[in-house]
Amino acid sequence: MLKIEAVLQPSKLDAVKDALLEAGIEGMTILEARGHGRQKGHTEFYRGREYTVDLLPKVKIEIVIHDELKEKAIQAIISAARTGRIGDGKIFVSRLDEAIRIRNDERGENAL
Amino acid sequence: MRVLNTKLGSEDFMPSRCFKLLFLFIFPAHLAFAVAPAISSHAADQAPATQAQIAALQQAVQNAQSAGDNAWMLTSAALVLLMTAPGLALFYGGLVRRKNILGTMMQSFSMIGLVTVLWAVVGYSLAFGHGNLFIGGFEHLFLRGVSLEPNTDYAATIPEQTYMIYQLMFAIITPALITGAFAERMKFSSMALFLSLWSLLVYCPMAHMVWGVGGLLNATGNHIPSLDFAGGTVVHITSGVSALVCALYLGKRIGYPHTAMTPHSLVLSFIGACLLWVGWFGFNAGSALGAGPLATSAFVNTHFATATAAIGWTIFEWFHNGKPTALGAISGAVAGLVAITPASGFVQPMSALLIGLAAGFFCSLMVFQVKTHFGYDDSLDAFGVHGAGGTLGAILTGVFASFVINPIYGPGVPTGAIDGHWSQILNQLAGVGIAWGISIVGTLVLLFAVDKILGLRVTPEHESVGLDLSQHGEEGYDFNA
Repeated sequence: MLKIEAVLQPSKLDAVKDALLEAGIEGMTILEARGHGRQKGHTEFYRGREYTVDLLPKVKIEIVIHDELKEKAIQAIISAARTGRIGDGKIFVSRLDEAIRIRNDERGENAL
Repeated sequence: MRVLNTKLGSEDFMPSRCFKLLFLFIFPAHLAFAVAPAISSHAADQAPATQAQIAALQQAVQNAQSAGDNAWMLTSAALVLLMTAPGLALFYGGLVRRKNILGTMMQSFSMIGLVTVLWAVVGYSLAFGHGNLFIGGFEHLFLRGVSLEPNTDYAATIPEQTYMIYQLMFAIITPALITGAFAERMKFSSMALFLSLWSLLVYCPMAHMVWGVGGLLNATGNHIPSLDFAGGTVVHITSGVSALVCALYLGKRIGYPHTAMTPHSLVLSFIGACLLWVGWFGFNAGSALGAGPLATSAFVNTHFATATAAIGWTIFEWFHNGKPTALGAISGAVAGLVAITPASGFVQPMSALLIGLAAGFFCSLMVFQVKTHFGYDDSLDAFGVHGAGGTLGAILTGVFASFVINPIYGPGVPTGAIDGHWSQILNQLAGVGIAWGISIVGTLVLLFAVDKILGLRVTPEHESVGLDLSQHGEEGYDFNA
């Protein structure tokens, strides 16, 4: 059981969501987030004063999947989210101990 | 009728002349048709019948003009109220951080309540009563004698209550403009007390000096004829300069200028600025105090100057920072509205284009360079736009005022430098100097007093939480509700 977290450009959210559904991954959680990597923000001007905005709006997708779906999920996200420019985001994969369905107390992969 | 007031120019020169023409040329024609049968059939009744009919027609013509003027003046009063709320409230509200939007909007809105009551009780009398050179008297206390009949000192064709309510709208927006300087850090109670007192001790005397009967700076008085059609000195210099004093006295917001304090919604500011533009037609064209040609002139000038000022600020910013911003365009528009205000009923349209362009460049320079150089935290640029723009506009009024538009000194008598009357610029400078002086002294005294009584600033904790929660116990945006 794996947890995949992907930080994306907000404009790529719909494409990534569709690609994941196509890959057979049905559950997901979307978080609105702010952050930066090496890209570091941009500058804005308000009445002549320059502001550096280093935390940019991002969205974060969290999915939990069976181990064998790992590559399929990663490829789905990459193909939908990649523009080739700085700021496309990152994918993090981690192993997960347990999942519980609140409705009926199902455990493990059955709960996904 | 001797003109007693700058704002009265239209009444004296335009409509009354029209009325005489109407009377001389059109009236006899009507009379001929109307009276002809009477002459043949009732020769004996001829004289009294004609007299009565003349009187009736005269009354009808007067009523018609009064109705037309009153309709425009009531509309203008509503337009000027629209400038304060929602116009200014949205403009300023969008420029502050999210946690301060309600506090900022309430500062403007509360002026509508407070100044209205003060105006009814004593303010109108202090501004427009007969008094001395500096301030009006107490004869209109509680609006005594302010009836539905015209007051010929000010506006001969509209009920005095129309004039009173129209002037009230000016008295409301002027202190509201100051709030931009101390945004995000002043206690609501102190703000309310300070601006209420300010309205009586700074606004009323200045309005009396410039527009009141016997005022020191009244353009048609015998002292220093300073031209201010709609409030360049009375409204914008007083509010802008007092704003600067407030910014200096209260000090900077915590974290300024190192922490980013960017506007939380330029969309709100955009809507607010556009409402200000529309409302300003009531402010300037309404200052003709009638629906005659002078109102048209002020309307056209107001629009022209605003357009070029928006362009001027945008060009300056484009060169300065590489991008033409929306905030720059709307700030420029407001600067143009401010600068044309004293000139709007005195100058020709091409002069208005120039005044606007100058204001766009000058005010952006003040905001971009001067504020940064001196480091004061005039948070929403009340001084940079209203103080600087008002001062520039007042001086340029002396340059461009022309008897072609408004023969305030008499038909054909040179008015501004453009007519050859260069000393008008000195009169304007006197008006500017007095407005700066009364604003600096009055504001300092009042801030000192209110500081002693209530304290001026919110606590650092409250400043960090924001005015919405700390002063009003509510939030502008609750996305979980």
